[in-house]
Amino acid sequence: MRAARVIALWVATTACGCSGNQSALAPSGAPALHIEHLIIGIVALCAVIWLAVMVVLAGALWRKPQEDDAEIRQRRLTVVVTAAVAATAILIAGMTVASFYTTRSIGLPERASITITVRAQQWWWQVFYASSGQTSGFQTANEIHTPVGQDVHVRLESADVIHSFWIPSLAGKQDLVPGRSNSLLLRAEKPGVYRGQCAEFCGLQHSHMAVMVIAEAPADYARWIASQSADAIPTTGADVAAGRAAFLAKPCAACHTIRGTAANGTTGPDLTHVGSRQTIAAGLVETTRGSMAAWIADPQTLKPGNNMPMVPLTSIELQDISAYMESLK
Amino acid sequence: MKENIVLDLTELPAHALGTASPSWWGTLAFMLIEGTGFALSIVIYLYLMSLAPRWPLGTLPPDLFAGSALTALLLASLVPNILVARWAREQDLRKVRLGLVVMAVLGIVPLILRGFEFPAMHIKWDQNAYGSIVWVMLGLHTTHILTDVIETLVLACLMFSRHGDTPRRFGDVGDNAMYWNFVVATWLPMYACLYWIPRL
Amino acid sequence: MIRSKDDGLRDTALSDKELNRALASTWSAQPGLWGALSTVDHKVIGRRYIATAFVFLALGGVLSLLMRLQLSQPEARFIGPDRYNQIFTMHGSNMMFLFAVPVMQAMAVYLVPLMVGTRNIAFPRLNAFSYWIYVAGGLLLWTAFIVDTGPDVGWFAYVPLSGPQYGVGKRADIWAQMITFTEVSALAIAVEIVVTVFKQRGPGMSLDRIPLFVWSMLVTSFLIILAMPAIMIASTSLILDRLVGTHFFNPAEGGDVLLWQHLFWFFGHPEVYIIFLPAVGMVSTIVATFTRRPVFGYLAMVMALVATGVLAFGLWVHHMFVAGLPRLGESFFTASSMAIAVPAGLQIFCWLATIWAGKPIFKTPFLFVIGFIVIFVIGGLTGVMVASVPFDTQVHDTYFVVAHFHYVLVGGAVFPLLGAIYYWFPKLTGKMMSETLGRWVFGLIFVGFNLTFFPMHILGLQGMPRRIYTYQPEMPWAGLNMFISLSAIVLAAGFLLFFVDAIRSARSGAVASANPWGASTLEWATASPPQPYNFARPPVVGSREPLWAEATALPVAAGLRVDRRELLITGVVEGIPEARESSVGNSIWPLWAALATTLTLVWSIFSPWAVVWGSIPVAVSLIGWFWPKGVLEDES
Ligand code: HEA
Ligand code: HEA
Ligand code: HEC
Ligand code: CUA
Ligand SMILES: [Cu+2]
Repeated sequence: MRAARVIALWVATTACGCSGNQSALAPSGAPALHIEHLIIGIVALCAVIWLAVMVVLAGALWRKPQEDDAEIRQRRLTVVVTAAVAATAILIAGMTVASFYTTRSIGLPERASITITVRAQQWWWQVFYASSGQTSGFQTANEIHTPVGQDVHVRLESADVIHSFWIPSLAGKQDLVPGRSNSLLLRAEKPGVYRGQCAEFCGLQHSHMAVMVIAEAPADYARWIASQSADAIPTTGADVAAGRAAFLAKPCAACHTIRGTAANGTTGPDLTHVGSRQTIAAGLVETTRGSMAAWIADPQTLKPGNNMPMVPLTSIELQDISAYMESLK
Repeated sequence: MKENIVLDLTELPAHALGTASPSWWGTLAFMLIEGTGFALSIVIYLYLMSLAPRWPLGTLPPDLFAGSALTALLLASLVPNILVARWAREQDLRKVRLGLVVMAVLGIVPLILRGFEFPAMHIKWDQNAYGSIVWVMLGLHTTHILTDVIETLVLACLMFSRHGDTPRRFGDVGDNAMYWNFVVATWLPMYACLYWIPRL
Repeated sequence: MIRSKDDGLRDTALSDKELNRALASTWSAQPGLWGALSTVDHKVIGRRYIATAFVFLALGGVLSLLMRLQLSQPEARFIGPDRYNQIFTMHGSNMMFLFAVPVMQAMAVYLVPLMVGTRNIAFPRLNAFSYWIYVAGGLLLWTAFIVDTGPDVGWFAYVPLSGPQYGVGKRADIWAQMITFTEVSALAIAVEIVVTVFKQRGPGMSLDRIPLFVWSMLVTSFLIILAMPAIMIASTSLILDRLVGTHFFNPAEGGDVLLWQHLFWFFGHPEVYIIFLPAVGMVSTIVATFTRRPVFGYLAMVMALVATGVLAFGLWVHHMFVAGLPRLGESFFTASSMAIAVPAGLQIFCWLATIWAGKPIFKTPFLFVIGFIVIFVIGGLTGVMVASVPFDTQVHDTYFVVAHFHYVLVGGAVFPLLGAIYYWFPKLTGKMMSETLGRWVFGLIFVGFNLTFFPMHILGLQGMPRRIYTYQPEMPWAGLNMFISLSAIVLAAGFLLFFVDAIRSARSGAVASANPWGASTLEWATASPPQPYNFARPPVVGSREPLWAEATALPVAAGLRVDRRELLITGVVEGIPEARESSVGNSIWPLWAALATTLTLVWSIFSPWAVVWGSIPVAVSLIGWFWPKGVLEDES
């Protein structure tokens, strides 16, 4: 038990959960690019305004007072102040219009041809892909794949409290509000892994609620869709088979679904292809057999307060289940 | 600093009456606070209505009788209320005493009628959001009637005591009457909202 | 028609010395503990209020240091998520509701009656009541925190996280009830200030001669009166949802979670101007005194205050830009939010014009004003940035917003406040604060502040959300966070030095004269600190800068009674004398009423019946409070 705790801590502090950028200043998607232009423009303009105010302030402080005519001075100051107020009005009008056009240029998510539904839960992301043509719909978690260069409509819903979906490099954020449904347009211009993180405070593990968007070439995307919509791959190897049996025998199956097995719980993430995901537990740790073991052995140390309990397992069971999890590509 | 007397106040009255009095302005300020509260409760009602698929949610529109009777009674109470205010301005102790007793009664009867309004809504506060807002609106207004009744009763006692016969107390009676006008005035939009909007 | 005994002793019948003695015996508080508990002197209560608010600043500051400790490294384990969530909620709620708003109102409680030339605030007992209720609210919140029941849902307590289903235990109830306490106390002061300014100004102080600080407090008070009912209704609905099962915020039963946000921010946005506008008044006062000239554009300044106050009610949606409201509506709120830059800019320009035309004297209060301009303009400009919807979708709920609001709250409100403390300290205590230490305090806080908060803008743009108790090592935030946490030590040192200076100066600072800065407003026309009755005779006002206009002798009015507490009532517009009016004497009843109210409110966290049973002691204490005691003040 102590050992599991130590592993967990070690994994948490050293293992790299993910790569990928999460910055509004490193945009790779059309919406984020439009917004970045706006950000740079407004920040530059405001910097100039601030400098101008500072210059006047410095001048006022260091100036030697002149014995000029009070009335003329008053009149001059009135003119300058009035002009400055007028300039303020013009500048904010400009920034308002620029904002408006930026919003417009981002476009409407409803027009996109691909729709993905994201349902946030404390503290992970449930992702639904609808059935299309040959493939049946499927569910995954914490990892969204999109084809590069295409508009994607993300429908945002919440299962419990308010969360916020935010992939800074691709688009601005949008809340997931219980009882309502929101929309967001995503569009990646370059293939890559884009990290995002829940931005609305949602309780104990708001800090560890990351989500990954993997943008890939349309062919890769199609392959991914095909493999995800298939049931879990058959087990190979003794430990994996033992792990599968243990998984089904233990409470795991009550919370998790693995398509193609008897496990059909819905409390936790769908694990049908958990081994294919880059990270587990909402971006917490990279998917390896070791991190799987650390997580399953003691999820409450790695991610205190999350909704997966510690299920008592022997170390053999733990190894087998981890192997099984890893095999679910 | 040295002082230089430039103004003589000796002839001023020893008490500020009517709109000169701070307590009149204080009453007004509290009315502004509470009026904002009432207005917001109506806004919440309309907001919830705008979201609901049908209104009232999960029940029938309220029965009109108790609420309308209460409205009529409140409106009728304005007559003696305005009279009390006038008598207070005239500092007529006997009439003010009488008026306060009448107003106390006219405050208690609406409370009894209010007891019939809650069931007339056909919904409880914990059934749905419609029930929640109508109970809170009724409750909010009821507390205002209640506090004014208590204030009227206390004032009535004061006017029958040795402290009664001073301009200061008459001023209090005037402010109390103003507050009752406010209680009546705020009820009217609430009445329209609670009883008639669900019938639209 | 006025039947009155009115034959009391008048000030006209007395020599100056006798007058002061007679007034002192009429207006003084009783000695001892009982006297301290029953006093209704606005100066005593104001000082208490200010000191208490600064205690909460220190406590809130200590919490912020704990947060900075936890955030200094990735995956640090000093503080767990549960405690961290309580800490940032406590920090925000404490700073907003127990420090910033109360301290501004407290300054007004102390200063406004003096600045308008009257002897006590309107409704002095309500004022005492307000203080006790405020203290009770603060104790409730902090006691809960100490026993690990502190609210953990953020300072705006969004539902459903704070609702019955997810906010288990009593934590969110504590938060909601703390709101009730602080709003009751704030509303009480707002009413007092409005009536004091409307009816108790010195003769001749027409509307266009009201000092700018008083104007700012008047506008602030109206903001409080119109904004706080929204949060009272919101927090009450939350308590009802949690306690008796109403469904205001439950979408399954026709409620709505965004309703909470609308109600909260309809209050919450004006709230930030409730904090900021008094600071603006302080800046105007300090600028005038240390440039030796009236603030440029008095009328424009007043209009800017009023315009900010009006616009404040049309901006609340800018806190909800990513909640999913219709885009067109949001564009409107972008426009209205940016429009605030016009009155804000106008004020900045008028101060700059004043400094330009005058000859600045670089004393500590003025240093804080300079710091204010440098920092607040940055904060205001970042405000304009987040007012843009697309911009905000990237920085909302990130450290960029944390940077914005500390720039405006600390730079825009705390800097002027510290300047104001240095400025009015002689009036508050009769002692001067140290000029040398003052410069150090300013320097440390100015540098520490910018080093602490400027990098947060960058962190926000780099994708660091707010309200996270930790972050992962692979995120590129560790360096800046460590830098910020170290800088916060500099900032804390500055605040610590400020406390040291204030406490030391209050004990053994240089004795202050009546008007040590050569200022122009009426509070400087009386002793430092003023006698219990403020002015021996009410000053008569003939100009906007009475003490600069009347260099030799103060014009005053005579004829008030001295055997009872009496002050002058004047007309709202011109300040023409209308009546003499008594001001109530000391009373212990406000304390009883506050205790009864506290009992009721705290009990009602646990049972709705508390409202029924608790109303009895509340009613009894209120009757005791108002029942005439047959004293001279009851005469008319
Ligand atoms: C003292 C408090 C204070 C003040 C004065 C302000 C002032 C302003 N604030 Fe700020 N604000 C807060 C306190 C304050 N704010 C707080 C506490 C929050 C966060 C709450 C939370 O989420 O916890 C917040 C959040 C906040 C948001 C929401 C951000 C988000 O959550 O995503 C927005 C959005 O519009 C905003 C806008 C503004 C604007 C436009 C101003 C304007 O008033 C600024 C006007 C001033 C200037 C512009 C500078 C001076 C002008 C000139 C020098 C003229 C030239 C200027 C131009 C041409 C532009 N604020
Ligand atoms: C006026 C309001 C105000 C003030 C003054 C401050 C002051 C400070 N604040 Fe805070 N802050 C808020 C209002 C304010 N804040 C709000 C509203 C939030 C949002 C909360 C939420 O999200 O819900 C917030 C959130 C917030 C966060 C984000 C937390 C998060 O999202 O996870 C951080 C992080 O660094 C922070 C830091 C600081 C720091 C370092 C200071 C420093 O300036 C503090 C400096 C002061 C001291 C350090 C005190 C030093 C004094 C002593 C040591 C003396 C003690 C001795 C005696 C008693 C004599 N604040
Ligand atoms: C009571 C419900 C529950 C039980 C029982 C449970 N889990 Fe979980 N599981 C969850 C939840 C909830 C999460 C998401 C946690 C988070 O990220 O916050 C999760 C996450 C996971 C993940 C990471 C998935 C991903 O893609 O991020 C794995 C792997 C996992 N569980 C395996 C198991 C195994 C193996 C067992 C049994 C030994 C088990 N779970 C038992 C609820 C449960
Ligand atoms: Cu989900 Cu924060
Ligand atoms: Cu705002």
